Amino acid sequence: MNYRYLLQRLVLALVVIWGVSIAVFLIIQLVPGDPARVVLGVQANEENIDAMRERMGLNKPVLEQYVDWVGGVVRGDFGNSLITSQSVSEQIGNRLPATVQLAFMSLLIGLCVAFPLGIISALYPNSLIDIVASVISQIGVSIPDFWLGIMLILLFSLTLEILPPSGYAPLSEGVGDWLEHMILPAMTAGLISGSIQTRFIRSAMLEVLHENYIRTAYAKGLRRLTVIRLHALPNAMITIVTIIGLQMTALFSAVVVVEIVFAYPGLGKLSLDAVLDRDYPLLQGAVLTIATIVTFINLGVDMLYFFLDPRIEYS
Amino acid sequence: MTSTSTSGGHVTQFNDEHIKSRSLWKDVLFRFSRSPIGMMGAVIVLLLIIAALFGPQLATHDPNMDMNFDLRWAPPSLEHYFGTDELGRDMFSRIMYGARISVQVGLVAVSLATVVGTSLGILAGYGNRWLDELIMRSMDVLFAFPAILLAIAVMAILGRGITNAMIAIGIVYIPIFARIARGEVLRVKNEEFVEVARALGAPDHAIILRHIFPNILAPLIVEISLSLSFAILAEAALSFFALGVQPPEPSWGRMLKEGQQYFRQSVWMGIVPGLAIMLSVMGFNFLGDGLRDALDPKRR
Repeated sequence: MNYRYLLQRLVLALVVIWGVSIAVFLIIQLVPGDPARVVLGVQANEENIDAMRERMGLNKPVLEQYVDWVGGVVRGDFGNSLITSQSVSEQIGNRLPATVQLAFMSLLIGLCVAFPLGIISALYPNSLIDIVASVISQIGVSIPDFWLGIMLILLFSLTLEILPPSGYAPLSEGVGDWLEHMILPAMTAGLISGSIQTRFIRSAMLEVLHENYIRTAYAKGLRRLTVIRLHALPNAMITIVTIIGLQMTALFSAVVVVEIVFAYPGLGKLSLDAVLDRDYPLLQGAVLTIATIVTFINLGVDMLYFFLDPRIEYS
Repeated sequence: MTSTSTSGGHVTQFNDEHIKSRSLWKDVLFRFSRSPIGMMGAVIVLLLIIAALFGPQLATHDPNMDMNFDLRWAPPSLEHYFGTDELGRDMFSRIMYGARISVQVGLVAVSLATVVGTSLGILAGYGNRWLDELIMRSMDVLFAFPAILLAIAVMAILGRGITNAMIAIGIVYIPIFARIARGEVLRVKNEEFVEVARALGAPDHAIILRHIFPNILAPLIVEISLSLSFAILAEAALSFFALGVQPPEPSWGRMLKEGQQYFRQSVWMGIVPGLAIMLSVMGFNFLGDGLRDALDPKRR
């Protein structure tokens, strides 16, 4: 097995996270003018601005500020919110489970839509179901996620009154309540990501279905379902896993939007609230956490390749 | 035998003349015109451009000042084609003006991404290994952020407003253009015609501008079309989050946010701007698909 590939991917992921930490740190440094004045507003007096500069650590040299900040991050300390003075790590810890659950449920819904539709479309190209799947997929690619969310609220919450239009219930308060609040946001992000994945799964399967070994499998007298299960799907998996991996960044993008539309208390909603309140430490913590999660998911996908196709090499 | 040969020769000669008479781009246009999806996209994009250019002429009312509180949340009618909003303003006129903002943001943001991203990609692909590593690892860092989160973070630095939204959206798409341009430069830079130019003593900038750039244009054109769809979507999202276009300017995203607030009073306020965004995004996606098929027929 080529463990060098695994090591190279791991080093690359760590380099990216280091780069992400610099980019996130620069959020405050790049604010035009005095960040302390931006936080407090134009009417703040000099005394308050000086105090805020001290509190934000802006009086130190930039390099020292970065070392202090990144040292805290490594120890799990993102500093305190400028608005509530609450620990940023604590707020992130409270919101993280909600975001991870939403991302996982969205991915699940997306895959449940994409796999059957993509495979059936590939098996019956240009058939009615293929055309229907293609139209659904095109709409899914073009529909704004925030608009789909609003339409689902209109249908299921305001018209049918069967699901809540916003909010979140922790799993500890019961699965039923949790699921009730989860369905609409997860459906919004999941349907869009599923419609994009359908196109890729269809084309990956179509490519594999034209291979000689598939023809040989049919010639041996194997049934269609067996050929798909044993030969087509495992060989299409590399492409499919690549696409799902690439889609994870897009999925998290959709999750951020969906959280805002559904007032779902996750990291995406936290990020926007932090921007609107000019609460920079909170924004830095939330953004860094999401970017790190996305980087590790991409690393996980790379690792998965390794087990799906051990011949793979880093280029 | 002679007759067949002559006939064959005649047909070949005709085809050669026929092919010679069409340039590469005419050939692309010919293939594009035969793509139903591409043509559908071109028509939608054309309608969007017409709405953006002639919005003030097409609008039936002033989009901001023409308020009528007696006619709040009115459904579509001959007087107000798409109904009215919570201040009694004409939704059709606001949609027309909103098209102008969407197209403007899209064009500026994608131009920024294309120029900066392509330049970085060319430098990475053509330059030495260290420059390549530095540029592409920086692009990897930008790729680690979900697109909308990166745009929100950039807005946090620059502040709210339409100009900053354009810059934020442009920055989000820089790594995509850089990656495409770099990949294409790596493909082209060892081709014979580039080596000949180098052997003849052509300077690097001339090789890049005259020989490499024209040969990497095709995938960039496709990406420009697809990026325009993202830019329209991102502008709407930022305005929906109250970060982009500020009231009373009629942005589709902002209108959608207002629609969500007044759903119980008027369904139209939430449906019409959403449909406008979806159609525009679909138009650019279809156009991009059609262009891809026309520029690279082997990929169909």
